[in-house]
Amino acid sequence: MFNGLVLGALLALISSGLTIIYGTLGVLNLAHGAMFMMGGYAGFLAFEATGSFTLAIISGALFVMVLGIVMERVIIRHFYGRPNEDQILVTFGLSIVFVEAIRFCFGSLSRSVPPPAWATGVTPLGFMLYPTYRLVVVGIVAVALLALYLVLYRTRLGMIVRAGIEDSVMVDSLGINVFRVFMVVFGIGAMAAGFAGIVNAPVVSLTPDMGEMILVQTFVVVVIGGVGSFPGAILGGLIAGQILSITSMINPGYAYVMLFAAMTLVLLIRPRGLLGLRSRD
Amino acid sequence: MTNRSSASTSRRDFLRSTALAGAAVAAGGGSSLFMPTRASAADYPALGTFPAGSAGNSVFVGITVPRTGTYAVQGEDELKGYQLAIEHINSGHPLIKAISPKTTKGVLGKEVKYGVADDEAKPNSAVQNISRFISENKAVLMTGGTSSAVAVALNKLAQREKVFYVVGISGSNDTTGKDCVRYSVRECTYGQTAAAALGPVLLKAFGKGKKAAYLTPDYTYGHTVQKSISEYLNKEGGWTTVTNQVCPLGAPDYSSFLLNISNSGADFLLNINWGHDAVLSIQQAKQFGVLDKQKLVIPYQVPFLAREVGQALIEDVYACTSFWWTMEDKYPLAKMFVAEFEKKYGYKPEWGANTCYMQFAMWANAVETAGTFYPPEVIKVYESGAKLQSTSGEVYFRPEDHQLVRPCVIVRGKKTAAMKGKEDHWEVLDILPGEPLMDKPDAAGCKLGDYT
Repeated sequence: MFNGLVLGALLALISSGLTIIYGTLGVLNLAHGAMFMMGGYAGFLAFEATGSFTLAIISGALFVMVLGIVMERVIIRHFYGRPNEDQILVTFGLSIVFVEAIRFCFGSLSRSVPPPAWATGVTPLGFMLYPTYRLVVVGIVAVALLALYLVLYRTRLGMIVRAGIEDSVMVDSLGINVFRVFMVVFGIGAMAAGFAGIVNAPVVSLTPDMGEMILVQTFVVVVIGGVGSFPGAILGGLIAGQILSITSMINPGYAYVMLFAAMTLVLLIRPRGLLGLRSRD
Repeated sequence: MTNRSSASTSRRDFLRSTALAGAAVAAGGGSSLFMPTRASAADYPALGTFPAGSAGNSVFVGITVPRTGTYAVQGEDELKGYQLAIEHINSGHPLIKAISPKTTKGVLGKEVKYGVADDEAKPNSAVQNISRFISENKAVLMTGGTSSAVAVALNKLAQREKVFYVVGISGSNDTTGKDCVRYSVRECTYGQTAAAALGPVLLKAFGKGKKAAYLTPDYTYGHTVQKSISEYLNKEGGWTTVTNQVCPLGAPDYSSFLLNISNSGADFLLNINWGHDAVLSIQQAKQFGVLDKQKLVIPYQVPFLAREVGQALIEDVYACTSFWWTMEDKYPLAKMFVAEFEKKYGYKPEWGANTCYMQFAMWANAVETAGTFYPPEVIKVYESGAKLQSTSGEVYFRPEDHQLVRPCVIVRGKKTAAMKGKEDHWEVLDILPGEPLMDKPDAAGCKLGDYT
């Protein structure tokens, strides 16, 4: 239950980044897992340099946001009018570049970022002992999701983004600089993954491949929750976390089977996802 | 398979042999010319990639290792060992000559070339990689491993394709046990010998009647190592297995397993996980407070483990391994190997690189001794039981199951304060002769199969 909550919270955060990028830009970002990994490594470098976990989180998130913005400006922008296959190929290619760049710089040896001193050890929950930092992760992610919610639902930018998800042509015709919005959205979406990467670093050590598995899970979450839906990403993340965790307790070999079975079930019953408003063509 | 080589091949081989002989005489290696066992390709029927693979001035070796995924670190380490060995074989390095005395430069005068492919420790990928090397490059030798599931799959491929296979890292009893084949050999220690070596050490250090929890990866390596070590401790020491948590290879999270282990009341956690799985599960065992109440044991040591999890987590941890670099104090060839490896790569070698270096060096010796690349003749050299000089002293291959009879090394994680350098992670407690540790060759049901 707790394991599922921690994993689900992380998946919710990463998926929310993926879903707002896809919902707004229509780009399926296969480099999202690599963003998660890059956030971890950027935070690791910051931690090595400063010894501060807080600075590591800030650096990891900001670095990936900047990386996302640069990616959008330099490459992704040129693919908005191209077929989906091209977008998939270019983001997949970028993810390979990022992973191999990290492998080249850091090697395959895993890197660890320790949790802050106040969050080490275990916390007695009455019925069991649980790692304190994992409980902290839930809190950190909850705050991050709240911040993302406020940006999306309580700011002018968020209003434009949500409008863009509904009808980007209309937003463009209203005189709003859609490309600037796209750039910011891509940066925020990437930042969500990078932030999750460094927050998760003390739980799992960093390796260049760490984004691959999380990418698959994230896509499933987005499909379950509803493509383009921020609340759907949160709900889908929490559901996926519980499915993976509970199945792992019974038979870990079937964790992914159950996850995909759940996704299939959702697609059969509600093709647009649990909280998806409409399907993209 | 029974076609003899054509007359033109025979003439080419004769001319080539003559040219090589001239070169060898000029290089001062003339003594090998008069070896009675030296034979040309025409003396043997075509088999596998023979004679096509060795018809030119070079021979090709196909290497598949995990360069990504759970065992990526160890795969890269293996590759370094292979590459150093090939470099030494081609240059006729003194270390190779000490292991393979007939080596001049290359193998039978032919330069060794190689190709590398990433298998992610997946058997299907490994088989595809090597199949491509066999069909496209006419590989005369194949290697790969790291995961015993890969080793077992490649065993079958080697036997089917009649291409010789030297196993990289593989700890499963099955590799030279029930899944053994005529066309492969293994150099490193494995579950059964690790258990027989480490078991008495654990009983002496901690006594009898303890409770043990196991964290076991769900494939042939994990199951056979867990079986071997638990059977020994339970039978000889009256230990009890309170839980055996079987987890999938490459599990991203060990929470559910560790919660069960934490609640099991065990005195010891024997973690059989390997590669990044070992790193992650040990780090998470610490997070869950398991290591505060249970003593960690690593039955089958993992290269780079100490560097990755940090020395604090392996202090006083017992393990069995095939090689640790401080063995250079005892074995002259180990000293040469450590110096050469460090010169090339800038750090002390771990046991995976050592195993892979030795496998290529011993293959070079077998081919040079056979005087041909014809696989059955090469295999017969391995099966001769001839003593070989190695970085772990004198060793030999058991003809019945193709397992190297070699020492098992018992190590214990050093206290951080006792480390004499940043790579001084393990203290070698004992180097145990291999032969008394090994079950009889037929105990695991090995049936090697045919030569042709």
